[in-house]
Amino acid sequence: MDLSLSTRTEGDRTIVEVGGEIDVYTAPRLREQLVDLVADGKYHLVVDMERVDFLDSTGLGVLVGGLKRVRAHDGSLRLVCTQERILKIFRITGLTKVFPIHSSVDEAVNAAE
Amino acid sequence: MTPILTTRPRKVDVATVELRFSALPAHVRTARLVAAAVARRSGVDEAVLDEVRLAVGEACSRAVHLHRRFCPDRPVTVTLVDDPEAFRVVVADEAPVDDGTDEGDLADLTDLTDLSGGAADLDDVVPPGVGLAVIAGLVDDVTVEQGGPGGAQGMTVRMSWPTKV
Repeated sequence: MDLSLSTRTEGDRTIVEVGGEIDVYTAPRLREQLVDLVADGKYHLVVDMERVDFLDSTGLGVLVGGLKRVRAHDGSLRLVCTQERILKIFRITGLTKVFPIHSSVDEAVNAAE
Repeated sequence: MTPILTTRPRKVDVATVELRFSALPAHVRTARLVAAAVARRSGVDEAVLDEVRLAVGEACSRAVHLHRRFCPDRPVTVTLVDDPEAFRVVVADEAPVDDGTDEGDLADLTDLTDLSGGAADLDDVVPPGVGLAVIAGLVDDVTVEQGGPGGAQGMTVRMSWPTKV
């Protein structure tokens, strides 16, 4: 399954809904989306990964890059993910300590910065 | 972190399925799909197929990255072997390994979580070796050997998963 991306705004948060596979082939599109949002002044991002079927280290790299970009503007990048197979790679790489990971978009949007 | 580089002699792999693909990112997905299909047929537990997909994808992504950098005209080789007791995967590249960027050692994953880097490293934030580190975190039986198909150039990643009796 290819990558699908859509964005919407809730208050001062921008929700990026990602679906499909994030890998070495599709990750550049996610990177481009995150770069564009930051260029548009969207510094508080919530990446909803509930519809992601596959994530590899290239995708992790893009998310880390996005986090660095928003932090450069005192922003935030929160993830929404409850899928064990996706969470596993965050645990292996130690990134559960870097990203706030929420169980729902509502929870992420309402999290205090 | 412990290196998984070994220098043991290469075994001869009698392929159940062998893939040779141009070093293009799009083909990594194909390799994942084929590996998962052969693993399922070999009797690998369904619950482990996600690990097979991820580990094969990481090994192939690493090989594609190196080939595109050093030898873009050469194919990446993936050998899938259905042994009686195990499903084995061998991913071999032909890229030079003495460039100092990827010597088969596991990356220190704190590299990935170090957010102190400046704007200069925003576009390439996955340090060399992270893919291998992910594989090592996923797969109990994995080795990385110097030498690729037919020569000293390149590296070979070997992984295996038990199959149901």
